Amino acid sequence: MALKVGDTNEMVVIENVSRTHIVKYAGASGDFNPLHHDDPVAQNMAGYPSVFAHGMLSMGLTGRMLTDWLGPDGLKSFGVRFTKQVWPGDTLTARGEVTDVKDGVATIKVVTTNQNGDSVVEGEATAKA
Amino acid sequence: MPENEYEYISDEMLAAVGKEGSPTTFEVDKTMIRMFARAVGYTDPVYYDEKAAQAAGYRSLPCPPGYLGTPVFNPKRESSGPGPMSFGPAPKKPLTRLLNGGTQLEFFGDICAGDVLTSTGHLAEIAETKGSLGTMVVMTNKSVYKNQDGEVVAISTGTVLRY
Repeated sequence: MALKVGDTNEMVVIENVSRTHIVKYAGASGDFNPLHHDDPVAQNMAGYPSVFAHGMLSMGLTGRMLTDWLGPDGLKSFGVRFTKQVWPGDTLTARGEVTDVKDGVATIKVVTTNQNGDSVVEGEATAKA
Repeated sequence: MPENEYEYISDEMLAAVGKEGSPTTFEVDKTMIRMFARAVGYTDPVYYDEKAAQAAGYRSLPCPPGYLGTPVFNPKRESSGPGPMSFGPAPKKPLTRLLNGGTQLEFFGDICAGDVLTSTGHLAEIAETKGSLGTMVVMTNKSVYKNQDGEVVAISTGTVLRY
């Protein structure tokens, strides 16, 4: 796909996260931890202001930015750290930037930020250059 | 045998490092790919319509990258955490909270609906760290996914922080 250093892709991957978004991911992933869908549990038992999104939902949303750019089979690897929780009402923008190309493999720095500019996902992907 | 010097990590936990768990069968199917694709907002028809996928050169619906992180529910096992790994032997003192420390996926072949993957997991590393949240046990789990032809198509490495 002729990737070169400095190539970027950026997209808003979710706007105004709702409990419906989170519940859809719970159903699709089978992860029914109540912290992600049951406000009384999240608030009274765990002390959070509300439910929050699964880390793996943030990863899946970030993955869409990569595969829409590089193709469904373009990724060789994709690794993330979750740097901040994602709350209902958040809007997330995922961005990838090619930082290195060597031996036909592009290294892509990945960061997904919320509406305040705080990163929620940071990571690295590699793809066929 | 003298007890180890960790605050939480028990000898049983140390002994579990490197031991392969029993394999889990993980069918990649169209319905689940559609649900996953919808949950993370894909609009490309290749993730929903097999004809569109085949027209784009795939055997069937391609597997989105995060799909491999979805757990296989086992009613006989207490843990319903992500991935086919349970947490294994008990720590010296109870650890009630956990954070997902990150996930790394490596892909070695294409994965499409219709594939039947077998994943085998093991605890690759265990460590203790002291930070602002107190002492944490850092467990790194690795799962190797083979397809129906015995080819390794993906490896996932997940880090769980327990405290």
